[in-house]
Amino acid sequence: MGLLPKHAHRRKKLGLIVMMVMGVGVAVGMVTMALKENINLFFSPSQVLAGEAPKDHTFRIGGMVRTGSVRRSNHNLEVAFEVTDTAKNLPVVFTGILPDLFREGQGIVAQGKLGPNGTFIASEVLAKHDENYMPPEAGEAIKNAQKIQATLKE
Amino acid sequence: MWLFFHKLGSPKYFYDLSGKFLPWFGGLTLILMLLGSYWGLVVAPADYQQGDSYRIIYIHVPAAWMSLFVYIVMASAGAIGLIWKMKMADVVASCSAPLGAAFTFLALVTGSLWGKPMWGTYWVWDARLTSELILLFLYLGFMGLEAAIDDKRTAANACAVLALVGVVNIPIIHYSVEWWNTLHQGSTVARVDKPAMDVNMLIPLLIMWFAFMFYYGTTLFMRARNEVLYRERDTAWVKEMVTE
Repeated sequence: MGLLPKHAHRRKKLGLIVMMVMGVGVAVGMVTMALKENINLFFSPSQVLAGEAPKDHTFRIGGMVRTGSVRRSNHNLEVAFEVTDTAKNLPVVFTGILPDLFREGQGIVAQGKLGPNGTFIASEVLAKHDENYMPPEAGEAIKNAQKIQATLKE
Repeated sequence: MWLFFHKLGSPKYFYDLSGKFLPWFGGLTLILMLLGSYWGLVVAPADYQQGDSYRIIYIHVPAAWMSLFVYIVMASAGAIGLIWKMKMADVVASCSAPLGAAFTFLALVTGSLWGKPMWGTYWVWDARLTSELILLFLYLGFMGLEAAIDDKRTAANACAVLALVGVVNIPIIHYSVEWWNTLHQGSTVARVDKPAMDVNMLIPLLIMWFAFMFYYGTTLFMRARNEVLYRERDTAWVKEMVTE
């Protein structure tokens, strides 16, 4: 190999460095895998309904705001909606000001506790932005295309 | 190839060569930065959901990419310094650390400023944000360790080991949004299928990225040239140049 160092002691050093980097990589990989549940920021509605989320403890849920599920109160800031991961839905109530990006069909992450009747009582709602960037006209066009698709299916 | 590598390792050769590149790098940085800023802030369309707020991306994303790139350069230079005991590699690693720290800090601050109106919070302990913060601490640790050891060679060796141990954080930062569920969105540009971004928004982003690359090149050369003169202050060529 022409690319490897010519001297034996340099090759040895290179080997040691490669081994060190790989060793650290494996160790950190194992630690992060063991801590996967703690590193994950939120639980999905399916996990919550399967009882994986902590009881009587604050935790975060994440998912999409189900289209057509948002109901606002007429006399205060209370808002109720459902968070979905497309498989399961979880009802959420929140009192306060929602972020600008909060809308139906948009991803959110909410922090709070599970109430006695299975409703998630949120103390904070964050909007999760997606990775798509486009001008308003393109966004309109996609929405229209989805609408046409939906009507075709019906 | 080996010849060029060895020649580049000579401080005098580096000093002469970098002096020739420096004005070009500086000029390109300025032109690209102006072009990218104008295109990104004025010409590019607003986003369909975020409106004009998304435009911070033109600082945030290049800064975040540079924070990873500079770290890779720093760790590679560290490895070269360990294996070949090359003076120039030590200089490059040492001069890259504060620049990388600055890019990381810029990425964290711009992200935080964007996060408040968009997400509803300045900070959340998700995997992407936390690992990027650890990157900042790695840079600061590198600089602190270097300052704590008086002998330059010993400092360079110790710092190189620290930088190489920290390399494991780089793939974690990049893949954090895929491996774990996070508040930070997934990759827009660096993905298998085509970028999830309108072309008119993407081009200024790439221009800004090149501008940041040349900015790094320019400042790295300026710092490294200073450092070379200081470290080689007892050699004949530096003395000759100073007395001229």
